[in-house]
Amino acid sequence: MSEAETLRATRSPQPRSSASEPKRRGLGRRGEEIAKILFVVPAAFAIVVLFGYPVVKNLLMSFQEYTLRTFITGEAPWVGLQNYLTVIKDDLFAKELANTALFTIGSIVGQFVIGMLLALFFHKHFPLNGILRALFLLPWLIPLIVGSAAWRAILEQDSGILNVTLERLGVITEPVPWLTSPDVALIAVILVNIWLGIPFNLTLLYSGLQAIPDELYEAGSLDGATGWKAFWHITWPNLRAVVNVVLMLGVIYTLKVIDLILGLTQGGPANATQTIAIQSYQRSFVEFKFGEGAALSNILIVISLVFAIVYVRANRRQVDE
Amino acid sequence: MTLTHQQRLVVRRTGRGLRTAVAIVLLAAMLFPVYWMVNTSFQPSGNTLSATFFPAHPSLQGYSAAIHDQGQNLITSLIIAIGTVALTLLVATPCAYALAQFRFRWISWALLAILISQMIPGIVIANALYTLYENIGLLNSIPGLIIANSASTIPFGILIMRSFMLGVPPSIVEAARVDGAGLVRAFLSIVVPISRNSLITAGLFAFLFAWGDFLYALTLTTKGNIVPVTLGIYTYLGAHISNWSAVMATAIMASIPAIILLVIAQKFIAAGATGGAVK
Repeated sequence: MSEAETLRATRSPQPRSSASEPKRRGLGRRGEEIAKILFVVPAAFAIVVLFGYPVVKNLLMSFQEYTLRTFITGEAPWVGLQNYLTVIKDDLFAKELANTALFTIGSIVGQFVIGMLLALFFHKHFPLNGILRALFLLPWLIPLIVGSAAWRAILEQDSGILNVTLERLGVITEPVPWLTSPDVALIAVILVNIWLGIPFNLTLLYSGLQAIPDELYEAGSLDGATGWKAFWHITWPNLRAVVNVVLMLGVIYTLKVIDLILGLTQGGPANATQTIAIQSYQRSFVEFKFGEGAALSNILIVISLVFAIVYVRANRRQVDE
Repeated sequence: MTLTHQQRLVVRRTGRGLRTAVAIVLLAAMLFPVYWMVNTSFQPSGNTLSATFFPAHPSLQGYSAAIHDQGQNLITSLIIAIGTVALTLLVATPCAYALAQFRFRWISWALLAILISQMIPGIVIANALYTLYENIGLLNSIPGLIIANSASTIPFGILIMRSFMLGVPPSIVEAARVDGAGLVRAFLSIVVPISRNSLITAGLFAFLFAWGDFLYALTLTTKGNIVPVTLGIYTYLGAHISNWSAVMATAIMASIPAIILLVIAQKFIAAGATGGAVK
């Protein structure tokens, strides 16, 4: 029982200041409890409908032959593990998995390293620091598809400004087909995703750095811990919790990226940027094989869960230490 | 040779000025794509082939084409985003307060469920909602998209507002109760006003998310009668692009609400986010 409830239970039910509203007080503890439950009912309903239902429905669909025909006949026969076998045995599955891994690892490493360097840089005092740092967040605020559009223009093979500039500088002699060659498309997509992820990494890591007390550095400098040593012995251990959050959220977010890849390459050329998330979208909404799409997105959930569990365990160990 | 105090000060100032210069160069590199969007949108010829680094003869052709093709879509996006903000705040605010201040036994489970919900890929929700919407007639509708967007914004809103509301002293609510206010009235007249910054922050993120949503727009509309501007840009990109200035003008217009909102709401976000980060 909370302190307030205890107070209410022991105090005489007479309202002290206003005699005009004795009825509300007379609602009683039971009414009070019901009123409290009503505060969470809409949200609970929303979460059940918008998460509970989709997760369960997706799980069921992944064991059904759920296609366009289902919408007409209403029939979705149970097929056991058939959808999972179909998507895993598909010739492309190994490529999708590898692309998902490369896309995620490449993006996370790039975003994190650049975000960390920028956070360390902005952690120092200099004029206009706040405004310049705030402007770094701009790519975060524009819609993803807008970012893709901007990069499509920049990366265009013949007239895109990147190739034009590189040619003028003499770096390349032939225009690079950034988004149209199977050899470089994945790299281009990763680079754009790194660009998009920098603001997130910068923001979280910067606030993590701000939270480390200056006294630690003062004490450290007496022991000769400056520069790289200070980073390794003071900054990094104190930033570990924030780093864990940044990396876990980054991985979970990157695994499910769809907008960016559809906007840049639509999974092509020659499936060079095909990931599990993209393939799930295509099975469901291009081929209308919802069962297979559901099977792939469930695989995606399992991969995300593995990272979440690793994260929780890593944090628990840290607390234990 | 040791430096005098004055000399050391000069060295330090130069060092700081140098850092500002480096920061500006880094920022310029980071924002180049944004600049290129602006630049291209003002280029007179439709393609980037003859694009110069600066629009020497700025033209508004791109913008007039964009408004003609995408004006309606911008309004559609605006309606969806505002609807999402309203639904999110309506549902998430009381829940955030309850999770912050009431003593339910299952609160830690509720929080865990909310955290896990953030890991569910949007494609899972789209997959399931498509079949549901097909049955109940919400496909190709603005309410359908508002509800789908709220899937992501409600849990996020609850988390942001809850962490702020943890700091609301129970005594002020109790004082109102003693004065005869019911639970709901105390919530509306005390908690909501003092939590204003966190409501604005949650609402702003909901707006930005719904405004930028592409996945639900792509999957939960099939007929082309409801086209949020993100989908409009995608369609522009899908067709053989002959008019980059119109694409970029649309992209700019699709970015403006975010920037305006951020400038207006900056102080509220700063207050709301710091409140949230501390707890």
